[in-house]
Amino acid sequence: MNIDLVIGILNIVLISTTPLVLAGIGELVTEKSGVLNLGLEGLMLVGAVTGFITLVLTGNYFYSLFFSIISGVILSGIFAFLVLNLMTNQIATGLALTIFGIGLSAMLGKKFSGTPIEGLNPYYFIVISFLLVLMVSYFLSKTKSGLIVRAVGENHNSAYALGYNVIKTRYMTIIFGGVMSSLAGFYISICYAPMWQEGMTAGRGWIALALVVFATWKPWRLLVGAYIFGGVAIMQMNLQAIGVKLPGQFFNMMPYLATILVLVFISSNKLRLKLSAPASLNIPFEKNQ
Amino acid sequence: MVYLINIKLREDYSNLIFYLSPLVAVFLTLFFGSFIFLLLDLSPIESFKIFFISPISNSYGISELFVKATPLAIIALGLSYCFKNNIYNIGAEGQLTMGAIFGGGIGLLFNDSTSIFLLPLMILFGAIGGAFWATIPALLKTKFNTNEILTSLMLTYVALFILDYFVVGPWKDPAGYGLPKSMPFPDAGRLPVLFDGLRIHIGVYFAIIICFISYIVYNKTLFGFKLRVSGFSSKASQYAGFKYKNLIFYTFLISGACAGLAGLFEVSGPIGLLYRDISPNYGFTAIIVAFLGRLNPLGIILSSLLIALTYLGAEDAQLFLKIPSAVGFVFQGLVLFFLLGTDFLNKYKVSIS
Repeated sequence: MNIDLVIGILNIVLISTTPLVLAGIGELVTEKSGVLNLGLEGLMLVGAVTGFITLVLTGNYFYSLFFSIISGVILSGIFAFLVLNLMTNQIATGLALTIFGIGLSAMLGKKFSGTPIEGLNPYYFIVISFLLVLMVSYFLSKTKSGLIVRAVGENHNSAYALGYNVIKTRYMTIIFGGVMSSLAGFYISICYAPMWQEGMTAGRGWIALALVVFATWKPWRLLVGAYIFGGVAIMQMNLQAIGVKLPGQFFNMMPYLATILVLVFISSNKLRLKLSAPASLNIPFEKNQ
Repeated sequence: MVYLINIKLREDYSNLIFYLSPLVAVFLTLFFGSFIFLLLDLSPIESFKIFFISPISNSYGISELFVKATPLAIIALGLSYCFKNNIYNIGAEGQLTMGAIFGGGIGLLFNDSTSIFLLPLMILFGAIGGAFWATIPALLKTKFNTNEILTSLMLTYVALFILDYFVVGPWKDPAGYGLPKSMPFPDAGRLPVLFDGLRIHIGVYFAIIICFISYIVYNKTLFGFKLRVSGFSSKASQYAGFKYKNLIFYTFLISGACAGLAGLFEVSGPIGLLYRDISPNYGFTAIIVAFLGRLNPLGIILSSLLIALTYLGAEDAQLFLKIPSAVGFVFQGLVLFFLLGTDFLNKYKVSIS
């Protein structure tokens, strides 16, 4: 095996795994505060399309990034309002966000699909994704605000009794998660592809959700998990290149099957999952009880 | 003057608000939708006419409405069993695809058959295919405690690749100019239509029968009672001695079988063969249909008709207003947002003082 091939593979793994790390680390923080946001796929798609359209119209990467992030803030803000203020079912609301996002992105992007753009260098974002994992890890374990986030996620009633603002904390974490997802979307349409196509995130939002479970809500494990996963996903191409004879579709389904296997592996130890999951996850906080 | 908004937990449970809130949600969606039309530089009134009225202004349109509503209703009725039990099967799209592969496979296997038993056999295998695909997340949930939301969704992607494999590989029509589609099913494997020249088919009867059965199951049987109890509290159901794992399993099987049935009806009804895009997201949209219908069998029938209208409207909007048909999904997402939001009024009393 020659060194060029190894570097080539590593390179592809780095480039293709970054959106999973970005979306995953955002969702990890959201879930740490006790909110399950199933809308990642929708957030990513809208982030991808807003970034793309802005770039086509203005030709400016900064504006493109800015509006992509704004789309994440707005959409996750709506999600936050529904689940926090109106105390809606988080699973159903997340699904609504995904369906809405799929529709909205397809509607907005129709005119622009197929427009060629010049992609942005993905390496900035690879570095940023590593830094973000480092920062989130430090934030959650070493800072006071991080402790508050965790307290809110473990037991919102106790945190509230101690005088912490549960709703405000969760607004912050949900919006952080939303921004990270739209950033992942921006990365996909501007750096990774670079193009716009309906539904181009191809389930990455859901895979990022699975990675948070796999990581048992620990930032570093999320990074490791994402790269193991990215490696498996890339393996399909190499197996094909080596000449393993299987129809292409079976290689394409490998990432999804791998996700299921990983989830089974990690969930089968019921106690461990229960101990590491934030105790208030997916439970609405009702102040007026 | 200072206004204070008081929010209090409702002590009296209001059935009226519970069943009225879907209407409020629909109204809010239309209101919000008119802003979308305004943003797109279209006259809201004209657009609404094209979106919601002209698609069903003739017999062909009404037939098409039922063609779209049938799979939505059948899938959503199945999903209501899961959702009542607080089990989130969101992989109905994959179960639908598997139903189409299993049932459609039978149709292709006996492609020179003229037997009257071919269609019943295809329908049976459609249901089995969907149920089989739903068994996987159900088993993983009950045996390994794996999150059913993620596994059922991942299996949807897998099912779509399997369908793709069959229609570009072993089942490709040799006379199909290399297109990724199968041979047409024999006439004996086609779903009878209700009226000549229209596409509305006997799947409608199935939807009504499933609705009727579901009503009886929910209101008159022990199984329905167990579902309601465990939906309110899985702990209560365990204390009562109900086998919660069995409930998970059965509800998954029912919803999978329904989705598989819907998939088979699509391919042996309107489509007539297997190809890549057999479903315009029916499996996902049915989730909204189930919630909008309040998990009530009759409510689901009504909401399936309403959501089916967004499909037709979106097609017409693409044709006449030149806006992408994805606007239909935007409406569907909005209606669910508003429905969940209005639930707030159902749980809490809001007063301004």
